[in-house]
Amino acid sequence: MEFFLLTFFLIQFIRKRLETATKLPEWDKLLLGARYVSIGLMAAYYIFDESKIVSWLWYPFVSYVLWIIFTKDEFKPVRSLAQGSFPFIAISLFNDFARLIVPTKLFNQYGDYLVTAKVFAFIWLFAVWYNSQKQQRVLDKEREAQRIKDEVNQAKKEALEYLVTERTIELTRQKEELQKTLDELKSTQAQLIQSEKMASLGELTAGIAHEIQNPLNFVNNFSEVSVELCQELEEEIAKTSISDSDKEYISGIISDLSQNQQKITHHGKRADSIVKGMLQHSRTSSGHKEPTDINALADEYMRLAYHGLRAKDKEFNATLVTDFDPTIGKIDVLPQDLGRVFLNLFTNSFYAVAEKKRLSKENPTLPDYKPEVKVITKLFANKLYIRVIDNGTGMPESVKAKIFQPFFTTKPTGQGTGLGLSMSYDIITKSHDGLLDVTSVPGESTEFKITIPVNA
Amino acid sequence: MKILVVDDEPDVQALFEQRFRKEIRNGELNFSFAFSGEEALHYLEGHASEIVMILSDINMPGMSGIELLKTIRKDNPLAPPVIMMITAYGDTDNYSQAMKFGADDFLTKPVNFTELKKKLQERYES
Repeated sequence: MEFFLLTFFLIQFIRKRLETATKLPEWDKLLLGARYVSIGLMAAYYIFDESKIVSWLWYPFVSYVLWIIFTKDEFKPVRSLAQGSFPFIAISLFNDFARLIVPTKLFNQYGDYLVTAKVFAFIWLFAVWYNSQKQQRVLDKEREAQRIKDEVNQAKKEALEYLVTERTIELTRQKEELQKTLDELKSTQAQLIQSEKMASLGELTAGIAHEIQNPLNFVNNFSEVSVELCQELEEEIAKTSISDSDKEYISGIISDLSQNQQKITHHGKRADSIVKGMLQHSRTSSGHKEPTDINALADEYMRLAYHGLRAKDKEFNATLVTDFDPTIGKIDVLPQDLGRVFLNLFTNSFYAVAEKKRLSKENPTLPDYKPEVKVITKLFANKLYIRVIDNGTGMPESVKAKIFQPFFTTKPTGQGTGLGLSMSYDIITKSHDGLLDVTSVPGESTEFKITIPVNA
Repeated sequence: MKILVVDDEPDVQALFEQRFRKEIRNGELNFSFAFSGEEALHYLEGHASEIVMILSDINMPGMSGIELLKTIRKDNPLAPPVIMMITAYGDTDNYSQAMKFGADDFLTKPVNFTELKKKLQERYES
């Protein structure tokens, strides 16, 4: 009976303490098996009328259980408890052996002591158990406290990690914003450098023009008057009485002189028109901004440029495409200046398509070419966009980089002053606070884009 | 008709004398030259009644053409000479100023002598 209690509670205790049901399911099965064995042994004891043989069977069984507890590492935590059963087992063993070998009379004489010892051993056992249980409870409490502490720490850690993640995201966002700002600054700086360059070039141009103007006037005027003087000289010579052959010779010289003077005048006038173009640069934009029908203005100058070129080259033909935004209405601009910009852009476009047409004629292997110049206007988000697109010769990057510089031209000498786009650039960027951009695919197309802010 | 030409460029004299060779020879026109505003005023002190017309440049060192114009208009209110100002191409500021101070006519640089001759002819005949 005592062994049953011992094993039953020991097994129960082990299962509870080690939580074998969840942690060691294999051992749990064996422990349950051991429990049935102990129940079985107890039942056998009573069935076989308190048989001494059955009660001896407890020893190998208990020894086996204890052997397992003391040899398997899984049971380490319950070993101290198992030790508590040693006194009881020892006394029981001694008792049973004594009953076997000591004469019954003697045994009965000292039996009471053994029973008392047994009871004490049993009480000892339960005291150990109780103590262990108590310790376990304290331990559990500590563990629980530790667990709560760990949980709190974990929560703190998670909160911190969350904060760190949040900060990281914030920092990344800031970094990206800064990067964006930096990029914007860089492009603004490039634009500034470009516009500064253009401004100083424009000023330089105007300064040069002013300085050249006066001496050039003298050159032109004196050469003109020299032509008149030559005529007079010829008239005077006719009156004299020198021989005809001499007269002829002299008048030959005079006519050469006159021709030279005419050449000087001609080239002087050319220089003069360049100077005038340069001065238009610096001219502080005359007139006032007035509400202007942009579409009509663009259309007018497109036709003007087209017919200007047609007048020179009868064979030239191009498709004019207009894509006007009818919602633009009237916008405050300097109509004359903007008209000049249109004229420059369209003239260049028509020139580019005419050049390509000429090239395609020279080379019959090229596919049939249809010149086209297109103008698109669009009002969007308080900005007026005007695009002039042609499918002409296009231009390489090296040319594109210079087209807004004064005096840069790709046209043959005498056909372009190289001031058109430079002036257009000034008109758009300075007088209208706008932008003039260009994109081009060499051999394919060129697009000029004007962007002008519109006061809502 | 006596005309005073005011310009800081001395070559102007040669140019005018050659351009108007015939008119000068015929006695139609008579040119005098002054190479600064001050010089022009000094000349006018002695020849005020003779001078019918003054042709003056505006941009000159020292007294400018506009100041000269102002002074002449102030000093000779009774027998005002005809004053033509020569303005640089596209110089709208000087143009409007000259206009304001009583210039009779304008020429733009470079001087178109054909046009000037026509204008002088008209004035000479009237």
